Amino acid sequence: MAMRRVLSLILSVLSTVTLLWTQSGECNNGRRSGDAGDTDLSGFSVPLEHSFEVDDVPRFRLRGALQLKGGKENGVYLSQNQLSEKDRITLKDVAAADGLYRVRVPRVSLQVDRQTERPSEGYLTTFVRACALVESHLSDVITLHTDVSGYIIGISIVTIPGSCRGIEVEDEVDLEVFNTTISVVAPVTAPAPETAPFIERMEQEMEKKGKNPQEQKSFFAKYWYLILGGAVFLMATSSAQAPPGGAQQS
Amino acid sequence: MAWLVVRLAISVSLFYTASAVFEDQVGKFDWRQQFIGKVRFALFDTHSQASKKLLVATDKNVFASLNSRTGDLFWRHVDKTGPEGHIDALLMYGQDAVVVAGNGRLLRSWETTVGGLKWETVLDTGSFQAAALVGVQDFVKYVAVLKKSAISLHDLSSGSQIWVENLPDSDTVQYQTIYSGGNGLVFVFGVVPNSHIVIVEYKIEDGEIMNKKSVEAAWMSSLESSCTVISSGILLCVDQITQSLYTLLLQSAEQTEMRQIHLQTLDLEVASGFQPVLTSTQPNPAQPPLSEFFLQLSPDHHILLQLKDGLIVPLRDFNPSYLAAFATSGERTVAAVMSPKNDTACSINLFSADTGRRHLDTTIIYHMDPNGGKPNRLYVHAFLKKDDSVGYRVMVQTEDLTLTFLQQPGRVVWMREEALADVVTMEMIDLPFTGTQAELEGEFGKKADGLLPMVLKRLSSQFILLQAWLAHLWKLFYDARKPRSSVKNEVNIDTLSRDEFNLQKMMVMVTASGKLFGIDSKSGTILWKQYLENIEPNSVFKLIVQRTTAHFPHPPQCTLLIKNKDTGLGNLYVFNPIFGKKSQISVPALPRPVLQTLLLPVIDQDYAKVLLLIDDQYKVTTFPSTKNILQQLQDTASSIFFYLVDSSQGKLSGFRLRKDLSTELIWEVVIPTEVQKIVAVKGKRANEHVHSQGRVMGDRSVLYKYLNPNLLAVITESTDTHHERSFVGIFLIDGVTGRIVHEAVQRKAKGPVHFVHSENWVVYVYWNSKFRRNEFSVLELFEGAELYNSTVFSSLDRPHPPQVLQQSYIFPAPISTLEATLTEKGITSRHLLVGLPSGNILSLPKMFLDPRRPEVVSEQSREENLIPYAPEMPIRDEWFINYNQTVSRVRGIHTAPSGLESTCLVVAYGLDIYQTRVFPSKQFDVLKDDYDYVLISSVLFGLFFATMISKRLAEVKLLNRAWR
Repeated sequence: MAMRRVLSLILSVLSTVTLLWTQSGECNNGRRSGDAGDTDLSGFSVPLEHSFEVDDVPRFRLRGALQLKGGKENGVYLSQNQLSEKDRITLKDVAAADGLYRVRVPRVSLQVDRQTERPSEGYLTTFVRACALVESHLSDVITLHTDVSGYIIGISIVTIPGSCRGIEVEDEVDLEVFNTTISVVAPVTAPAPETAPFIERMEQEMEKKGKNPQEQKSFFAKYWYLILGGAVFLMATSSAQAPPGGAQQS
Repeated sequence: MAWLVVRLAISVSLFYTASAVFEDQVGKFDWRQQFIGKVRFALFDTHSQASKKLLVATDKNVFASLNSRTGDLFWRHVDKTGPEGHIDALLMYGQDAVVVAGNGRLLRSWETTVGGLKWETVLDTGSFQAAALVGVQDFVKYVAVLKKSAISLHDLSSGSQIWVENLPDSDTVQYQTIYSGGNGLVFVFGVVPNSHIVIVEYKIEDGEIMNKKSVEAAWMSSLESSCTVISSGILLCVDQITQSLYTLLLQSAEQTEMRQIHLQTLDLEVASGFQPVLTSTQPNPAQPPLSEFFLQLSPDHHILLQLKDGLIVPLRDFNPSYLAAFATSGERTVAAVMSPKNDTACSINLFSADTGRRHLDTTIIYHMDPNGGKPNRLYVHAFLKKDDSVGYRVMVQTEDLTLTFLQQPGRVVWMREEALADVVTMEMIDLPFTGTQAELEGEFGKKADGLLPMVLKRLSSQFILLQAWLAHLWKLFYDARKPRSSVKNEVNIDTLSRDEFNLQKMMVMVTASGKLFGIDSKSGTILWKQYLENIEPNSVFKLIVQRTTAHFPHPPQCTLLIKNKDTGLGNLYVFNPIFGKKSQISVPALPRPVLQTLLLPVIDQDYAKVLLLIDDQYKVTTFPSTKNILQQLQDTASSIFFYLVDSSQGKLSGFRLRKDLSTELIWEVVIPTEVQKIVAVKGKRANEHVHSQGRVMGDRSVLYKYLNPNLLAVITESTDTHHERSFVGIFLIDGVTGRIVHEAVQRKAKGPVHFVHSENWVVYVYWNSKFRRNEFSVLELFEGAELYNSTVFSSLDRPHPPQVLQQSYIFPAPISTLEATLTEKGITSRHLLVGLPSGNILSLPKMFLDPRRPEVVSEQSREENLIPYAPEMPIRDEWFINYNQTVSRVRGIHTAPSGLESTCLVVAYGLDIYQTRVFPSKQFDVLKDDYDYVLISSVLFGLFFATMISKRLAEVKLLNRAWR
């Protein structure tokens, strides 16, 4: 966390922060930690399915239900079941065999009105190493990516920490409930060339320059010493060529 | 003050980045070759005897003049690409060349000596059919252009339109050809397929229709390919089905039916399935054509016939013969015929057209390139010798687009490889070591066999090296005595060897016609060429370097994935890139279309990298597939991932290899095609090195780069093309896990998008449809101030998303292509090479494309050497790396590292090929060309001697003092 704070400090200095996370909600076994005021307004639910098999042939089962909320602000809310005893054993076996833990969601649009016009076809799948999931004690981060029009185009899952070190896990305590952070990410708008601020800055600098009294001096005021020096030099050289009488005059 | 700082920073940055070629460096390490493309029309200037001009018009919409003595270009005009600039016809009379371009849109007259445009006329719309010069009373004055529904006559000297007439019944009659015999009339021939021919006679003066008649011809489908006009106005047609010739007197009122002459009566027969071709000649457009003509009966059978008193008489039968052509010099018309001599050579002979008699001593032997294609066009330049006999030279064009110019008795005057006008892909391969170097290298590779033999071996190889060095010194001494001009560094395939800094490489170029070239990068000499037959032209080729030169004694090995013309399936062509020889290695058959290729770092005993080919059933074929390889693949299968892109469904999918070499789908990302379509996907280059893991910032902390080797940059374009709603999408997707690392949308933007993906950044160029300008945008990815795992990068274990910075800039020029420089170790700063449509190549420092360029200058940003943000990208003339050597229609830029860290080799290809070197951070590891060796060595020696003398003096002084 400290790292992130340092980073954000640096980035704010550099003034080009690209926010990746639009909105995220913490979910934990059905209990929602975010604001719970408008959950029931216009949501719909899609299944989140997972698969972990010792023979590595995907057989997807229901893991939980994703409650998606349309509209401008894409909210998401996940209620999921506990892992059964059998599942826990399977998961540990899969982890031991370095198998994959897969998840999938159907391809849907977050826009509720578009739901009806096109039925979902196919799924979006992704995976994480089962051992990483076990070793992270089922704490995973699931991100749903949408395109500009709100269709879900991809899902990603990572566990924190993400490594497999072969640590032994006490199944009863740690492999019961998922500790999931789920979020929906919409594409960020890439910046266009920033001409207006640049011109503004240029103008400000011009103004500053204009106000500076040193810059505003007239030609003679600025270079009087050069002109005087030049004149003296000219006079001196011309007088040197002049007859001796002239020299006495000066 | 701040402004001063800004300016200072800019000037400092420019000081670092300014790089241009000095005048005396021109041509020292760069070269350009200009090409024209496949010749469609070629005309020799027969206006004067001494003329060397050869006018050509090509399928690349190029109109050029070649020097027929050397093959060099006198001048070249490159028109627009596509149908807009398509050259429909080329006619020549005297000093003028008349060109119809753009499907009959423009009529142009060129002055042929310097290539200046004399006049240009915009013609009425309508698809072009034919054009002909029209003469009156032995003088060619007009040019007639036939369109689908109109005919127009133009003055040859000014281009002004004399008259234009609509053709009668043009909705039913297909007007196709035009003829004028100098008698004040223009004939237009039209056909109603399988019904009748329509002949319309126009008066030249005012375009009045003098006569119009239709003649029954139920057998005819097209005029163009089967009819010609011979003698004084006789239309001659040939038909394959009825096996007959048909003649029709154009100006007789009574003949209403074509006269049929069975080929059988002449003892001739057209080969089945072959469309016979008639070739006649009209030496002077103001006079009727000759009564002799060629009839081609099969691909290798021509016959010279003559029409005499209404009878067709065979003059000479050429069987076998590949090509035949007429040529005229002065009053004499000759025919040149190419016939096979043996398997590797053809002989070309000259025959007088009116008798069919062979001219003595006129044989030209044309040796066919065993690695080339068959000849398919013959252009003849005939001239009168001093003794009034006819001499000739020929230009032969082959299937593989080689132009060969020959003169008697078979000397090749010049050769042009026009296939190089369309390079599809290329690679640069290190040259092998010389024999002695290889000897030394080989010593280390072999297994030890005792101490004494090793010592002896070492001594012997040292001796060989000494010998080679002495020989080299002797050669230097010997060459120094010769005048400089005669010392020519002939590049020869046998003497090829790597130079000190590995600056000279072999450029392996794959062209659209299916011809491969090996070109020496230093001189541009073609060292080998290989024409691959049975290749679908303009299909996608994939060139893969499986083994580099580094594994002596194993030869380097390249593999080209090609598409067969007949089966449409993939095929592997394995060859040695240095010598161009096809390798004897057996290649796996590919029974299904290949979707993806993957070069793995897994190597077999022969040090060849393994190539995985994934077909449309997601089955994997390995090449080579030895037991060792399969074993290695099984062991590492779980860490081999690949991705497939299906842009028609917007689907990106990832697969993992299983132990039994089958595959399993592990991730899927689907971008709905209703909104946007995937236009390009690019990973990073495999041979790219990144030297520094992070960037040191103003406060001495480090910002670590997100260096994911598996990252894919996916560019999409919106299907909505309205300028307010169109957008370009940028997705950065991890190729292993399918995780979308970053997703951005550039609003109000349109393609074509060019982009470069390298290190931790993506640079892309798009068209801003709102402001109507080109814009650059740069994305950089950073891990942050701490690395998650500094030892190794794994896509499976990087939970934190990277920080993405982005900035955009205005680029004040359109762009053709984009590439980044590449150096050996990645220490040198990067430049972007931007190919502009003007033909220039701009070397743009990456420094200017840095999303951390600050809006407001601060102490820290100055410390970091960041240039303050300016929305417009500068273009400086000294950044053009190819000064005035512009590359027409640049389509691609290839960069390759050299042995010197400072130097990157660059090849830009399009219609032309340009090779040069760039030094993005200047030549920091090389002494300058004008380094003063004399001064430094004289100072050294001077000091040395001064020390010696002073030492001696000091000794003497000491001695003297001791005596005292």
